[in-house]
Amino acid sequence: MNTAAHATVAVTPRTQRLPFARLLTGWRVAAFLVSLVTLIPLLVVLSSFLYPQSAAWVHLSQHVLPDILLNTLWLALGVALGTGLLGVTLAWLTAVCDFPGRRFFAWALMLPLAMPAYVTAFVAIGLLDFTGPLQTLLREWFGSSAWFPRIRSRGGVILVMSVALYPYVYLLARNAFMTQGRRALEAGQSLGLSRRTGFVRIALPMARPWIVGGIMLVLMETLADFGTVAIFNYDTFTTAIYKAWFGLFSLSTASQLASILVLIVFALVAAEQRWRGVRRYHGSGRSQATTYRLTPLMGWSISALLGVFFCAVFIVPLLQLIIWSASVFTTEFDVRYPQFIWHSVLLSAIAAALVVAAGLILSYALRLYRDWPTRFFARLSTLGYAVPGSVLAVGIFIPVAWLDNQLLAWMPSLGASGGSVLKGTLTVMLLAYVARFLAPGFNAIDSAMQRITRSQEEAARGMGLSGWRLLMQVHVPLLRGGLLTAALLVFVDVMKEMPITLMTRPFGWDTLAVRVFEMTSEGQWELAALPAVVLVIVGLLPVVLLTRQSGR
Amino acid sequence: MKLLPALLAASIAALGFASAASADEVVVYSARIEQLIKPMFDAYTKQTGTTIKFVTDKEGPLLEKLKAEGANTPADMLITVDAGNLWQAAHEGLLRPVNSPVLAANVPAHLRDANNLWFGLSVRARTIFFNKKNVKPEELSTYEDLASPKWKNRLCLRTSKKVYNQSLVAMMIAEHGEAQTEQIVKGWVGNLATDVFADDSKMLEAVGAGQCDVGIANTYYYGRLMAKKPNLPLGIFWANQKTGGVHVNISGAGVTKHAKNPAGAQKLIEWLSSEQAQNLYTDADMEFPVNPKVKPDPVLASWGSFKPNLINVSKAGDLQSAAVRLMDRAGYK
Repeated sequence: MNTAAHATVAVTPRTQRLPFARLLTGWRVAAFLVSLVTLIPLLVVLSSFLYPQSAAWVHLSQHVLPDILLNTLWLALGVALGTGLLGVTLAWLTAVCDFPGRRFFAWALMLPLAMPAYVTAFVAIGLLDFTGPLQTLLREWFGSSAWFPRIRSRGGVILVMSVALYPYVYLLARNAFMTQGRRALEAGQSLGLSRRTGFVRIALPMARPWIVGGIMLVLMETLADFGTVAIFNYDTFTTAIYKAWFGLFSLSTASQLASILVLIVFALVAAEQRWRGVRRYHGSGRSQATTYRLTPLMGWSISALLGVFFCAVFIVPLLQLIIWSASVFTTEFDVRYPQFIWHSVLLSAIAAALVVAAGLILSYALRLYRDWPTRFFARLSTLGYAVPGSVLAVGIFIPVAWLDNQLLAWMPSLGASGGSVLKGTLTVMLLAYVARFLAPGFNAIDSAMQRITRSQEEAARGMGLSGWRLLMQVHVPLLRGGLLTAALLVFVDVMKEMPITLMTRPFGWDTLAVRVFEMTSEGQWELAALPAVVLVIVGLLPVVLLTRQSGR
Repeated sequence: MKLLPALLAASIAALGFASAASADEVVVYSARIEQLIKPMFDAYTKQTGTTIKFVTDKEGPLLEKLKAEGANTPADMLITVDAGNLWQAAHEGLLRPVNSPVLAANVPAHLRDANNLWFGLSVRARTIFFNKKNVKPEELSTYEDLASPKWKNRLCLRTSKKVYNQSLVAMMIAEHGEAQTEQIVKGWVGNLATDVFADDSKMLEAVGAGQCDVGIANTYYYGRLMAKKPNLPLGIFWANQKTGGVHVNISGAGVTKHAKNPAGAQKLIEWLSSEQAQNLYTDADMEFPVNPKVKPDPVLASWGSFKPNLINVSKAGDLQSAAVRLMDRAGYK
């Protein structure tokens, strides 16, 4: 009964017998080289298994792992559910329903992307904890605030992370709903499906790669996150990793734990690929998205709800940050702020460009060759997102330092400039950013690539285009939405990034995120608010620009 | 898209970035945040003309960086914010001995390495704080006493994942042995009024607001909080005065093994420990000076004098791993 309404076309993939020489085609090699950027640090992290740490493991498995595994599982489930519900509902409402303020909310609901999750965390705790203004007021009025839900709890972390990470799902799902075209939904309506059924049985399945892609990003970010869970003191897998590294002085144990995390994520990604199966998700023409009309009452209620939501998740934290920074402005703000801003913006922009290029190469190679080596390396290269930042930073730094040492041993004159060939430069940072952030870039581009039909490609080939020119002249214009989304996600992520920036930056290259780290490392939230608010505002600009440019 | 070539050009230009080290330059890897070290370094540069290049990060990554760089490290000096990490750096062979009569005179023996591999530059005391409305100072005595049943539901602590608590427990292991310390920590956990806090400031605010009555924190968080909220009913109590003394930790420095300018680094550390610089180092963050000839900041002096624990702080590093395991076994999150 649902086959008629599906606009998916079942196509079996082309399987190929592969003599090795045929593997070395240009695009496959390019994809492999791109994947090396992530592969090498992952191998460094995995190599820690060469140094078994049985004493540490015995201790961890007895006293630490049981609790944190449970905690991590709850967190992952809770955040996946929370962001999934939020992201999809909001995307559907703003993409397809017509209500007052729809155009405003369409881009405004993306703004929380610019606010790092750890910032939302310390604002939430600052406002809602026992010593915060809200509970203090309640105690003044009612004598006791013991009934107020505790923010420093499992529910609190899930709430804060869902609210901070839903934009990933929102962005990708919205792209999906905007490009799937009127016809399928109208076909459903003409067959008697209600709007809600139409949503569940037509729109959702057609948007699946987007939605699942967004949730995978959220999951990877949640599993790799350290800053937010540290603020809540919620013990997850990453806290065990850092405990092993900083507390037990054993980077090997920490890397082994990180490897396990990576393997789990790899299994999840593989499972998701299996589940997606052989379906194709082509868009049926570039028609306008449907707009459902709503009754005025419905319309205004939705506007009101969205307004409250937007205030709670963005306006209130932003205001709190501004209030805090106003109080420390004179002490903290100095002439170097323009420099911090410039460093943040420059690094983010270059990283975004590199990741978009890398993601495009991977995605195109994957489209041309669906054999297992290409798929394997393409999926592998997105795993950097699931590795905790400091561990990945070490994973990048060790090979680079090794390479440096070899180069200097071979040609000491290279090191005339202070004993560094590569390590003192931006190259290391940029490589590390690509390794870490390939996932959001690739996911956005690949999901958009799914929308391009074979017939479009074949028509172009029939006109004599192939390879590079085909990519540039046919695919790239069609992928514009995906490319912009990818650039935006990576830009904002790099702006917020801390551990890699801290470890790999050359002297004098402090960014806004480094500034936030310095203050929060000593618990000085008010001082941290100033660089945090500047970071958010600077991060907002590309969000606004790109949403306006994508024309929706 | 026109921006792209410009950005690529900028990044290529930056590839040739790494600047030359001059003899007149000291390169520092610091876990002490920029806000606290830059004023001192600027003062040093003004006084001596030596430029100082530095980079800040958490200690773990800094140590890994030094290890990976090996003999080609640009760093001359390492600064950390606790003794455990200095011990670890020495243990991994990343520091070189410095034989300096100046440092031997300025830094007391229990605050520097026995083999001259590192030297404390400021002292942070970790002691007991109490809510003045609910607790009288006479009721307080030692850290160990906080495990007794009379403090049930009245104790607040910071997370065991923070190195300051790890060092505290490590020193307790040095004094009492593991078995007894484990009992004490279990007692603490049993007395907690609420989940452990991620940082000392929030914990002190909770004590001041009455969510709990006592807590253990570093003195400088207390100083900062009282400067912001002078009306908070929060009092300071010097623990263990009749027994071993208040637990102290250091922020300190050492010269790296493969330093290109070890003499310059040594001079810098000596200057930081000297009478002219000590106040500059410590006052910004309300810490106690290491140099016995230097008086602390008046605010700190107003808290009264105290007997510090004289066990060498390197024990904090030596026993850190054992302390972390002990706290995990005792259920101290």
